[in-house]
Amino acid sequence: MSDGRTIELQEYKSEIKPTWCPGCGDFAVLNGLQRALQTLQIKPWTVTIVSGIGCSSNIPHFLSSYGFHSIHGRSIPVASGIKLANPELTVIAAGGDGDGYGIGAGHFLHAMRRNLDITYIVMNNQIYGLTTGQASPTSEREMKTKSTPEGVIENPINPISLALAAGATYVARGFSGDAKTLGDLFAKGIRHKGFALVDVLSPCVTYNKQNTYDWFRQRVYSLEKEGHDPSDFHAAMRRATEWPNLDQTRDRIGIGVFYERTDIPTYEELEPVLRKGPLVKQPLGLANPEELLEEFR
Amino acid sequence: MTQKELVFRIGGAAGDGSASTAESFAKVCTRSGLYAFTYTSYQSVIRGGHSWVQVRASEEPVLSQGESPQVVIALNQPTVDIHGPQVRERGAVIYDSETVKLDGIRLAEGVRSIGFPLARVAREYGNNALMKNTVALGAAVRLFDMDMRHVESAFRTIWGDKKEEVVQANVKAAMAGHKYVEEHGGSLGLGLRYSDHARLLLTGNQAICLGALAAGCKFLAQYPMTPASSIMHWMADHAPQYGVVVKQVEDELAAINMAIGAGFAGVRAMTATSGGGFSLMVEGLGQGGMVEAPVVAVLVSRTGPSTGLPTKTEQGDLNLALGAGQGDWPRAILAPRNTDECFRLAAEAFNLAEVYQTPVILMSDLYLSEGYRTVDGFDFNVPIIRGLLAQDGGEAEGRYLRYKITESGVSPRALPGQKGFEHIAGSDEHDEKGELISDVLAGIPEYVEVRKRMMEKRMRKLDGLRRDTKGPELWGPQDADLTLISWGSTQGPLREAVLNLQETEGLSVNSLEFSYLFPFHAEETRAVLARAKRTLAVEGNFTGQFSRLLTAETGIRPDRFLGKYDGEPFAPSEIEAKIREVLA
Repeated sequence: MSDGRTIELQEYKSEIKPTWCPGCGDFAVLNGLQRALQTLQIKPWTVTIVSGIGCSSNIPHFLSSYGFHSIHGRSIPVASGIKLANPELTVIAAGGDGDGYGIGAGHFLHAMRRNLDITYIVMNNQIYGLTTGQASPTSEREMKTKSTPEGVIENPINPISLALAAGATYVARGFSGDAKTLGDLFAKGIRHKGFALVDVLSPCVTYNKQNTYDWFRQRVYSLEKEGHDPSDFHAAMRRATEWPNLDQTRDRIGIGVFYERTDIPTYEELEPVLRKGPLVKQPLGLANPEELLEEFR
Repeated sequence: MTQKELVFRIGGAAGDGSASTAESFAKVCTRSGLYAFTYTSYQSVIRGGHSWVQVRASEEPVLSQGESPQVVIALNQPTVDIHGPQVRERGAVIYDSETVKLDGIRLAEGVRSIGFPLARVAREYGNNALMKNTVALGAAVRLFDMDMRHVESAFRTIWGDKKEEVVQANVKAAMAGHKYVEEHGGSLGLGLRYSDHARLLLTGNQAICLGALAAGCKFLAQYPMTPASSIMHWMADHAPQYGVVVKQVEDELAAINMAIGAGFAGVRAMTATSGGGFSLMVEGLGQGGMVEAPVVAVLVSRTGPSTGLPTKTEQGDLNLALGAGQGDWPRAILAPRNTDECFRLAAEAFNLAEVYQTPVILMSDLYLSEGYRTVDGFDFNVPIIRGLLAQDGGEAEGRYLRYKITESGVSPRALPGQKGFEHIAGSDEHDEKGELISDVLAGIPEYVEVRKRMMEKRMRKLDGLRRDTKGPELWGPQDADLTLISWGSTQGPLREAVLNLQETEGLSVNSLEFSYLFPFHAEETRAVLARAKRTLAVEGNFTGQFSRLLTAETGIRPDRFLGKYDGEPFAPSEIEAKIREVLA
């Protein structure tokens, strides 16, 4: 803090009350994020949180920072534009599984290989909530939804193994039933230099009667307690494919940091134009237009 | 045009280097004090096919690509077959006598066939296969009586001082061609007057880039698509020096949304694409209107629908630009009529986007964007007007209202990082604070009223946009017998047709030309058209997209319509024929 004062947790909260259903996993995400920002003492006005569309994408309204409540699937490109314009900002993208792994999947892949210093939080409830309960890209096989009354016949996306394959430099999974770990994973992700994915198992208490808090509690385990080494890519991939996978095994779901690399430069570091400082602080217009015209003579 | 002109055409397969040789030739023309104009006819292939470039140059500004050439350089047999018969009387065909045969080609009277072993001659000066084009270029330079000094200096601007040996080898190769013509009949004797007054030669896309730099553009996000790609190429080339982040992205959805993110964060940002990519951008553009983020989207049209003719021109995307995005949101659509306006309107677009905090669409087309034109110069004294900004330094007095309702519809803008002005930019309908009213508040009487007021606030920006942009230009005699109506790049061929008919047949025609398409200037338009005796709309599309806009805005229907949708630009002769028909 510039004035040496500690920013209180309350200062990260907005005056707007969340509109999520009672018991929604997203409350834990909001609290975890506010705690992470407070732990790191990041000034609220230097944070921009960008979301897409869906229940979880309302999250910017509940924080006191800058926010951009974007259109469906486009939180990552909007966040990328903001980060490139002003790398001094802490930029967080957030949204649901439909938003990030469905309609926005293309951006998700490319953001990871690009390694911009953005933290991406996906509130994964394995269902479309705001549109009242259709199958999502992470809905499990055989799950019955409004759009799949006979049960889902596609295999779900595995966001963790996808992120590992795409070159993400911080890959973690949290669970809304474990608030303590969640806050830590966000703080680590924000501190991580590069693209950080935190996939959060965030149960939908209204439309997903299958993947409930209890269902997860019977299956989750701490990667850290089992001695997982986040620098070991192949170990991370093995743990990632414990669930979901083609064999439909569903008995072990790891929580924590799957993988982290700190030696990969970020996109901003490699972009020569940004070495002179943030774009937003550069002077506008041309100092010497004549030299520019030489090539046209 | 009765003034003296030269028309040069070079053709070959894709990969034969026709385009770069033509560009060199246009540069030599410009350095010889002429105005040059190029039109490239190419295909969506990397090797093979048949592509050709026409360069037309004159002592006066050139308005169109012109028609039949005086000199054709044939790099392969199809060029002779297709273009040989079009060469004007007493013109010339230059070709490689070892690979191209002129047998059976019907040439006009007095056309000289200048066949010699171009490739073999070229090998004496270097191993580059394209050197044979340079030999032919030297031959053409002699036919047109131009000075070899300008060839050398043109090569130097192309290859730079670093590659002096390349420059020298090419100069020698050109000299060989020059010498061959010297020994076989000399010049065509066109009698053009040359000077050392070199102006600037550039494409419409390059002029847009210059305008963007002059206006302080710092961010370009783009996905490759002909004919907009050269904007990204030029900007990428100059990005480090001029402090622009150029980002090639995964698709046009990313391009528009990244540019909007950058605009929201306070940087002058743009994206560029053609119709296909623009179709993907429409939701993002509407978002820009809703969150009130400045952004400039350049739409360089090619022939549609769908993939269409990727390397051909059309003015068929106006409806797309007018209707982009669900619901109503305020936008400005600007369509430069020529290369000068590409520069001026690009710069202006950034001011309008920031002053009105909304997307501005700059519409061009392949004809304007890829053709090289000689221009006198640009006025780089571009004012940079950033519009209403929330005060920096201090905290906001009371609660900051990002979307405060104002008379102009514009609310003071704060940028992320400013303490005390934290807010949400919302794509959902929102109140003055930026808080959404789309879920639990929608339909509650108080918020029905908020929605209405927010909508009206945003749409009021159209009044300011209309005030800050210009109405159409009436060019030509005030009381003409016929008034042409056009927009964008049709200006050149249309003016040439009018001038030709006035000079040769004494017809009195004027032209109402639009560069600012939306918000539409209905009052000025109605005033001009009320005086018009007869009207003919000329557009490069099938349905008369602009004519329909004009009718919707003014209640006036153009009497006649000339549409073109064959992929080629208007030739002045086509417009002349239609004018004669209407006035007959």
